[in-house]
Order: sequence, then structure tokens, then C-alpha cells
Amino acid sequence: MGAVYRVFGETLRGLKTTLGRVAEGHHVIQYPEEKTPVYPRFRGRHKQHRFEDTGLEKCVGCSLCAAACPAKCIRVVAAENTPGNQVSAGERYAAVYEINMTRCIFCGYCEVACPFDAITMGNDYELSDYHRSDLIFTKEMLLADPPEHTPLRREGE
Amino acid sequence: MLEGTVVLIVKAIVIFAVMLQLVPVVLLGERKLLGRFQSRIGPNRVGPYGAMQPIADVLKLLSKEAFTPAAAVPWMMAIAPVISVTTAVATMAIIPFGPYDVWGGGFGLYGIDVSIGILYFFAFGSLAFYGLVLGGWASGSKYSFLGAMRAAAQLISYEVALGLSLLGVAMTAGSMSLVDIVESQDGIWFVVPQFVGFLIFMVAGFAETNRAPFDLPEGDAEIVGGYNTEFGGMRFGSFFMAEYMEILIISGIAAACFLGGWHGPGPSELAPLWMLLKIMAGAVLFIWVRASLPRLRYDQLMSFGWKILLPLATLNVLVTAIVLVVT
Repeated sequence: MGAVYRVFGETLRGLKTTLGRVAEGHHVIQYPEEKTPVYPRFRGRHKQHRFEDTGLEKCVGCSLCAAACPAKCIRVVAAENTPGNQVSAGERYAAVYEINMTRCIFCGYCEVACPFDAITMGNDYELSDYHRSDLIFTKEMLLADPPEHTPLRREGE
Repeated sequence: MLEGTVVLIVKAIVIFAVMLQLVPVVLLGERKLLGRFQSRIGPNRVGPYGAMQPIADVLKLLSKEAFTPAAAVPWMMAIAPVISVTTAVATMAIIPFGPYDVWGGGFGLYGIDVSIGILYFFAFGSLAFYGLVLGGWASGSKYSFLGAMRAAAQLISYEVALGLSLLGVAMTAGSMSLVDIVESQDGIWFVVPQFVGFLIFMVAGFAETNRAPFDLPEGDAEIVGGYNTEFGGMRFGSFFMAEYMEILIISGIAAACFLGGWHGPGPSELAPLWMLLKIMAGAVLFIWVRASLPRLRYDQLMSFGWKILLPLATLNVLVTAIVLVVT
């Protein structure tokens, strides 16, 4: 009979625990109005960069990123810079630069492989779309900023 | 003569409407409260604070296909939810919301005042078990059959303890009519002298409604859906609705028999308000227990019902009888 009293007491303790959860409040982040801030080294959507002062693209079309990619989702076709059409700072530039987002595994090897810091992984992860053909990101899309801003975790948080 | 019939019909419609409107409230309250107990919030997208969620649920259930398996008995599958809902609704008639003539007009705020109120509640509670068993067997699938057998055994085991716990109340009040029981709680609520009876009634009430921690017959992880696996669309909705109505009914009977019914501070015209508040408190207790306690395994459930609850209930009746005879 003593065991029954002990079990009853444990039952009441369980009820008190759940009541404590009500008292301490919820920890819900209401997506999409609020988003969880990402860490600085979070590997999101790729971004291609330009030089700040001259506005020329950093990418020279060496396709080291395509070689490093484990999923083989980057396609680079290089072309020569002509004096009339100077796109990048060196002799050649990437005429066609496409990343197939349906195959990308977001590992970050392309960022590590690039010798010119031309491609980095940004913070954007909201990449859904309606057609698979729209998910092959071109150079223009990668150069531009993502449409939605993902909050970044501040230092020390 | 006609006036009495009209009053009866109006009372039936009003009581049915009120209790039926409480079912979506309990449904939404359960989802929100379960969320709060689990450190999250419940549904909050469908309307303000998720208020339109029950409507969305009902619309979803209405638009589903009511599939009948090949090995099923179709007419029995059709009437099983009907039996469940009918017995649940019939018990609503005796729950007293206010005394006789409290709002004038010569009627009491209850459907009917039978002199065997508690027995009426048990009769329909026992009939409700037919809805489960017929539904489970008529589905023609093994999970349903097993679930139905387990539900049947569980229900009839805990009904005995339920009856004995209410017997203590009937002895203390001197009558089985629910209105008389509430009126005899004018001085002190029966939860104080009959505390053990109240606990036994609530525990057996959880088992009667197949609610946690006694919800093995319909546990999703154990036997898929149990007796309501093969029911689709509004048939499942009827079982669902019957279950929530049973929650309100057990809370209502507990409020009437143990928690003083319509007695509360303030003028006596506020009688139904206190009754509704007590019923809602009972429903919150049901949800709180569901959020906190793990499910009992079937053999633990049966041994608890027969070996612990039944002797305790018998002891309660014995002690109550002795005390009543001595004093």
C-alpha cells in the first residue's frame, strides 16, 4: 500500500512540473515574422564579390571551385577580357557561371578553394522556388544581394 | 400541457447547443494548453489566437473520404459513431445548471430531473461502450478489433470503481437525483468529506473517457488508432466529438456531485456560470493530466483498476456507511 502513496506523490510531482512549464513561458520563434539569427560562419547561399573601388568582378573563371565541388554543381566557362569589355581585374573572366542549387550540398569547399575570395557562402537559406530550372543560379543572381535579409548573431551571443 | 412541452423542447435545444459549442472550445483549449504545458504555444495562425482552428478541423474532416474496408460490416460501421454520440448527448440531460425556478418561469436549468440520476448516467455510460466495440469489430481489421477488445475490458473494469465512488455521494446526500445532491451541498461541498471518492471518480473518469493516461485503446504509437483506425472523415469526427463530450460530462457530474454544482458566491441567478466554470476547471484538469503522465501499459491498467481502485472504492463506501450510521 505504501507504494501506492509514493506513486501518487510522484504523479503530483509530474503535474507540478508541467505547471512550471506554463509559468516559465514559451520559447517559440514565430517564423516568418521572426527568424533565428545565424552564426557568422553559417553556410547559406553563395555570393560572388566585386572589388569595392573599381567595381570589377573578382572571379577570373579559373574554375578551381568547380574542381573542388564534391557534388559537381558549378559550371564555369571562361572568356578573355577585351579592352572594350573589361569585366574582371585579370586577363580572363567567367562568361558563364552557374551553380545548380538542387545539387549543391552547401559544404563550403568552393569558398575554401577560391584563390581570389571571389565566392563566399552567405547567410540566405530561403531558396524555395516553383520550377527546377529557376533553381540554377546564374552569375547575375549570385552577384546580387538575396531578396530577404537573414539576421546575423551578434558578437558574444 | 402544451407549455410544458414547449419548455422541454426549448431546454433540450438550449442544452444541446451549449454543450455542443463547448466541444470546440475544449478542442482549441486542449491544443493551446497542451502547447503551453510543453513550453510552446498551440495553433495561432488560423484566427486570432487560433480561434478558428476547430472550424478548420471540422472542415477538414467533412471533406475526407469515408472509406469502408472490404471485410467490414458497413451498416454497423455507420451506426457505431451514432451510438457513441447519442449516449454522450443523452447524458447531458441530467447535468444540473441551476435550481428550480432560479430564473423564474417555473422550470429548472436542467433537461430532466430523474430520481435515479446517477443510475441514468451509468446506464448511458455503459451503452457508450457499445459504440466502441461495434465500431472496432465492424471495421474488419486486426488493429481495430484488438483496440476495441482492450477498450471494452478497460471500460467495464473502471465502471465498477466509478459506481462505487458515486455511491458514497448518494449515501451522504440521501438521494440519487443529481439536483438533490447539489442542493444538499449547500453547506459543505462533498469533495471535503468524500475526498477519496472524488479522487477515485476522477481516475475512473479518465479511464471511462479513454483519456491519458488510460488511452491505450486509441494510442497512436501502440496500435495505430485502435478502434477508430478504419473510420474516415466525419465518422472519425463523431467519435472524436463524443470523446470530448464525455470529458465535459464527467466534469459536469464531478462538479455536480463533488464540487458543489451551482453553488457559488453572488446572487443565485449566476448559478449556470459557476457550473460552467467548474466544468471548464474539470476539462483543464483532464488536459493537464494528459500533458503530464505517460500512458499505462494494458496489464498495468487492468491491475490498477481491479487490484487498487476497486478495493479503495469499496473501503470508501464502507467507511462512509459506518460514519453515517454512527453520526
